[in-house]
Amino acid sequence: MDSLNLAPAYSEIILAVGALALLMLGVFKGDKSTRLVSWLSVFLMVLCVFIIASLPDGRSFSFGNMFVTDGFTSFMKILILIASGAAIAMSISFFEQENAGKFELPIIMTLATVGMLVMVSANDLMTLYMGLELQSLSLYVLAAFRRGSTRSTEAGLKYFILGALSSGMLLYGSSLIYGFIGTMNFTAIAGVLSHTGEHGPSIGVVIGLVFILSGLAFKISAVPFHMWTPDVYEGAPTPITSFFAVAPKIAALALLLRVIEVPFGTMEASWSQIIFFMSILSMILGSVAAIMQFNIKRLMAYSSIGHIGFALMAMASGSELGVSGILYYMSIYLVTNVGVFSCIMGMRRKDGMTENINDLAGLAKSRPAMAAAIALFMLSLAGIPPLVGFYAKFYVIGAAVAEGHYVLSVIAFMASVIGAFYYLRIIKIMYFDEGEPDFIAQKSLLMRSVAFVSAAGVIFMGFPQISAPLKEAASLAAKALLS
Amino acid sequence: MEHLPVLSIITFMPLVGVILILMINADNLKNIRNTALLTTTATFIFSVFILWFGFDQTVADFQFVEKTSWLGENISYHMGVDGISVLFVLLTTFLMPLVILTGWNTIKHRLKEYMIAFLILETFMIGVFCSLDIVLFYVFFEAGLIPMFMIIGVWGGANRVYASYKLFLYTLLGSVLLLLGLLYMYFTAGTTDIPALMDYNFTPEAQMWLWFGFFASFAVKVPMWPVHTWLPDAHVQAPTAGSVILAGILLKMGGYGFLRFSLPMFPVASYEFAEFIFVLSCIAVVYTSLVALVQKDMKKLIAYSSVAHMGFVTLGIFAFNIQGIEGSIITMLAHGFVASALFLCVGVIYDRLHTREISRYGGLVQNMPKYALVFMFFTMASVGLPGTANFVGEVLVLAGLFKVSSFAAFFALTGVILGAAYMLYLYRRVVFGALTKDDVKAMLDMDKREILIFTPLVICTLWMGIYPTSFLDFMHVSVENLITNFNASIDAYQLTLTGDK
Repeated sequence: MDSLNLAPAYSEIILAVGALALLMLGVFKGDKSTRLVSWLSVFLMVLCVFIIASLPDGRSFSFGNMFVTDGFTSFMKILILIASGAAIAMSISFFEQENAGKFELPIIMTLATVGMLVMVSANDLMTLYMGLELQSLSLYVLAAFRRGSTRSTEAGLKYFILGALSSGMLLYGSSLIYGFIGTMNFTAIAGVLSHTGEHGPSIGVVIGLVFILSGLAFKISAVPFHMWTPDVYEGAPTPITSFFAVAPKIAALALLLRVIEVPFGTMEASWSQIIFFMSILSMILGSVAAIMQFNIKRLMAYSSIGHIGFALMAMASGSELGVSGILYYMSIYLVTNVGVFSCIMGMRRKDGMTENINDLAGLAKSRPAMAAAIALFMLSLAGIPPLVGFYAKFYVIGAAVAEGHYVLSVIAFMASVIGAFYYLRIIKIMYFDEGEPDFIAQKSLLMRSVAFVSAAGVIFMGFPQISAPLKEAASLAAKALLS
Repeated sequence: MEHLPVLSIITFMPLVGVILILMINADNLKNIRNTALLTTTATFIFSVFILWFGFDQTVADFQFVEKTSWLGENISYHMGVDGISVLFVLLTTFLMPLVILTGWNTIKHRLKEYMIAFLILETFMIGVFCSLDIVLFYVFFEAGLIPMFMIIGVWGGANRVYASYKLFLYTLLGSVLLLLGLLYMYFTAGTTDIPALMDYNFTPEAQMWLWFGFFASFAVKVPMWPVHTWLPDAHVQAPTAGSVILAGILLKMGGYGFLRFSLPMFPVASYEFAEFIFVLSCIAVVYTSLVALVQKDMKKLIAYSSVAHMGFVTLGIFAFNIQGIEGSIITMLAHGFVASALFLCVGVIYDRLHTREISRYGGLVQNMPKYALVFMFFTMASVGLPGTANFVGEVLVLAGLFKVSSFAAFFALTGVILGAAYMLYLYRRVVFGALTKDDVKAMLDMDKREILIFTPLVICTLWMGIYPTSFLDFMHVSVENLITNFNASIDAYQLTLTGDK
């Protein structure tokens, strides 16, 4: 056993300590320090990105094998930090315009991020649960953050009850695994399971695995554990929805990947079917249910369910190609979603925010740049080339085809055609319909540049100069996970 | 050999115009129009110099090849043209300036976006014909839907939203099956390079599935009966320029796809399914001609006639001989000129009276003699009068088809007769008859701009009709090569069949 090796966990430690320090700052200075606290937390995240990027290659364990870092965790952590940083930055100007800035917000978001980073690095069921709960508890608070609003409180409560249920399932699964295997360490579990002999693992382990998968499926909002998503997306304040949409999904997906590939890698027959069906159901529900949605945040919720379905499809294939496909997919998902939400936050009229997509009518005339950006994001989400969403779909469906899952791929294609309908509807409303959206011009330079950078990303990330290194990094990360 | 990436320059030249237009104020209509016209004309002149004069007609291989790595393992940015694709590139660049001129005065509403959409569309269309990598092909092929969706949806007629959705979703549904086939090919053959895949032998069983995947996409695009229903809607609702692009170029992508993918890559499946294609095409020719006869809307009539003409194209392609394939390429090019011109003819009188209903017109020959002449010329060309381009194409297709199936040729000939019937009937109702209605009497004859649009189309139609050799020479070696390879694969296949017995 190594001595206490803190180096791999520097980023988590810095973020956690930093968050507490910022809390002190906020407590003494009050709400007028919100801006400072937010920017400092963004700075901490940028710092952590550099720390993680400078970690040595190869896998290293610390805290008695409970905490792991390798190429895979670095890739995922950087994605999470970018997503969280962007969400915090966007929340600054949003809440300033609402006159509802609270210094606790960036701090809670930072703590949630710490939880996510721990989740990604978990190499033990205990670490897994710790990270997950730190994240979840922070997210419950965030969902109910606008405590004066009934919808926000309702969203928080709903999320809390269902989230607690899923945590309970996960915990129950963990206890079963511990009971039947005798260890909670991922590496050790893998070692035990590789010597189960003819009969395979005992039924208790399988049941435990199913419970753990269900708990995690909750966090990524895969069907049939998706019910909370539309309500929470709709109820939470928009910048927080934008946070929900990306970072926790990436973290939970990373965790799911590690759980199925490392400790239970030998039980592929057991989990691949579960993933398979969750994938099919998520893709279908994500595309069909969104057709009836006119609230753009609910629509994005269903869209995210569909996208998780696509990511799971690559996971069902279980190959290195699949894992690297997911990583690539989530990078693209990050860029597109950040962009979409930066535009949704621009849907502000004199009488407040609007979330109804029909209010976008005529946007192409009054605000051509914003309309063009939304159109690009929607087409990218629909997976229409030459936008980057197409390449993301190309790789995940490619992974399924490579493994011979033709039925799954055909379903994926049908889902993406159905999905194209509602993405196109937003374009139709903006460009074909007449109307006067009279949105207030977005004053915040930051928000405008976030939208601009994401829109440029959606166009140019398919170019070899960007796409090739990203794909390369994703492949390396996938190799690191599976080695 | 290091040389200029000429095909990329031709492909992306319109995007330079897009950037310039983006910098112009939206109210400055004149500059926007001039920039668009200038860009498309420059692209056309450049492509003529490079492709018409620089293309080596004695080589069957791809020319002006560019290749750089793109999406990692064996997916590359690979461009090149051969005798089959070069003329389609030229057709695209040739039609674009005319298309820009079409909307010159009539489009005032969001002109900036209009021109941008057309220029982007041009890039994607040229890209389709130049790409030598299936992924690249697919990207261009499907990306073209976005501007077309916008063109129909924003500048279209009353029912434009329905038509644009139908176009988009129909085509998307077809092309995702192509994408599935493409992915399968990528993981089986390990590459998406078109020349490499042409040399790769897929097992006959895999070919059948792949063929269907590609067929789903191209059949929608051609369009073949019974998946043609999006076309009349799209044509009727699209602005005139949109219809021209749709008929002139987008429909050719289906036929081109059959020639580029289905025949060389899945020869056995193509051979086995040829009769299936014959049946669909014969139904298309006869059925859509009959439907065209009873149309009350001019654009719809021409749209159905397009489906019938495209039936000829698929018949020719699946005859698997040189006459058939060269005939179908000529038919596609001729249709590119003639159908575009017919839609422009409709556009001329639509701009004046704002209706496409045939019964609202009549007697135009008296107050619009120049128009009557031009319309007459293209009506005759559409019917396939000797001396026009369509005649050459139809004769070649029929000659090729007779060798394979006289039965299919019989139905195709019926289509020619019906074609004459509906076109002349249309012409009689619009141009002849008594000039009674006051608003029709007030219509002015064509102005200089409109004559300028039609002149190149008339010249090309006559040129191709009178001296088709200058076009056939381009494709001859490539088509011969295609047929040779095709026959070799079929012979090998039949040998294994007899060997099994």
